[in-house]
Amino acid sequence: MNSKIFSSQGSRIIVALLLLGGLSACSGPIEPWVKPYERDRLADPIMLMDGDPVSSAYIQHVYEAREGARGGEGGAGGGCGCN
Amino acid sequence: MTLRRGIAILFLALFASGGAHAGVLPEDRADILYHLYSGGGVDIDGPSVLVRKQVGPSTSFVANYYIDMISSASIDVITTASPYNEERKQWSLGMDYLRGNTTMSIGYTSSVESDFDAKTYSFSVSQDMFGDLTTITLSYALGDDIVGSSLDPTFERENDRQAYGVGVTQILSRNMIAALNFEVITDEGFLNNPYRSVRYEDPGTALGYSYEPELYPNTRTSSALGLRLKYYLPYRAAIEGEYRYFEDTWDIKSDTASITYIHPIGPWTFTAKYRYHDQTGAAFFKDIFSRPEETNFRGRDKELSPLTSSTFKLAAAYEFIGGAEGWKFIDKASVNASIDFLHIDYHEFKDLSTGAAYPDEPLYELDAAIFQLFFSFWY
Repeated sequence: MNSKIFSSQGSRIIVALLLLGGLSACSGPIEPWVKPYERDRLADPIMLMDGDPVSSAYIQHVYEAREGARGGEGGAGGGCGCN
Repeated sequence: MTLRRGIAILFLALFASGGAHAGVLPEDRADILYHLYSGGGVDIDGPSVLVRKQVGPSTSFVANYYIDMISSASIDVITTASPYNEERKQWSLGMDYLRGNTTMSIGYTSSVESDFDAKTYSFSVSQDMFGDLTTITLSYALGDDIVGSSLDPTFERENDRQAYGVGVTQILSRNMIAALNFEVITDEGFLNNPYRSVRYEDPGTALGYSYEPELYPNTRTSSALGLRLKYYLPYRAAIEGEYRYFEDTWDIKSDTASITYIHPIGPWTFTAKYRYHDQTGAAFFKDIFSRPEETNFRGRDKELSPLTSSTFKLAAAYEFIGGAEGWKFIDKASVNASIDFLHIDYHEFKDLSTGAAYPDEPLYELDAAIFQLFFSFWY
């Protein structure tokens, strides 16, 4: 093991997260804290992350043409996942 | 040419929007959109048509056809070239395959212009986990561009682009959902515009400056980290906040933030959005160089200048088919209209069209209106 790797703060955080992950795995599967029957509001179309994909792809295209930045906006679905 | 950048990545998002929810295939729908951008001497309009259809229990296909009809007398064009008209046609095909809690998506996009040809191949995998509270998406896209020039039929250069993305969508509570996306994009090849020039000081001329072709680095790598939070208010309405940090190897760094309010009233849904973007300029951007070939790389693309942009959007949607019964084979249909007012202040790029003598030209400002009208059908 290279002690230099573990001297950095970032590595310590990663190790802590791995340990936390390991402990939570020991305590059994993660219980969904929002039950399927509690997702009525998340299922409302106004809660979709990208309800109009054609329109949002177009406007993203405009911004990529007019500004120097790109990416990171994702198309992450949203909604309730309970259909 | 500036409008061509990012095509490879853009339509990956169009498909990812369907694929990101791993445990469920995207809904069958069709959209017909008319778009119009008008500002800074540039008018771009055209249609975009999307059709998505599930075939069998676990596969969904999507196709999109998109046209930009461009009439340009932009600040770049009127200061160094002639106004022009051109057309860009793009079509895309994609497929999502659902197996258990995993969705695999593939896509292909082709964009063709008289002097530019772009092909993009994309692949993504989404997985639902933790009782469907969390969706993780990994994506990859490969773009192949061929850049030509209408001034020189023998001119042909290539650009290869790769985009790597990872995203997490997380249900935080019964009222709140969040999405975190990280994307790295690399370009290698011919990245500048074959028509655009930079200017340099030339005291011997009447203007006080002359032009030479711009020259960009052959590589660019960018990273972007975006966070979105959406919250269902105590009454039936939603509010969304979004932030993105961006940086690249050309020394552009940017912050982009927006806030959106969505309010339905009966069959109507009204949306208001404000978006703010602030960026530093590329290391090789200069409004004017002190002499020809002053630096190894040179650019005067206004999008690479330090700038601040703000957009205010208003949108209204009306659901004209809905309820439990629908109409014939259509379950739901809506018509949507929106307008975005975009204003950009360029902090170093000067306006050479005013007639002011060098070096007293004012900084350039852009105002544009972006209009969209579209019909959506779910079946």
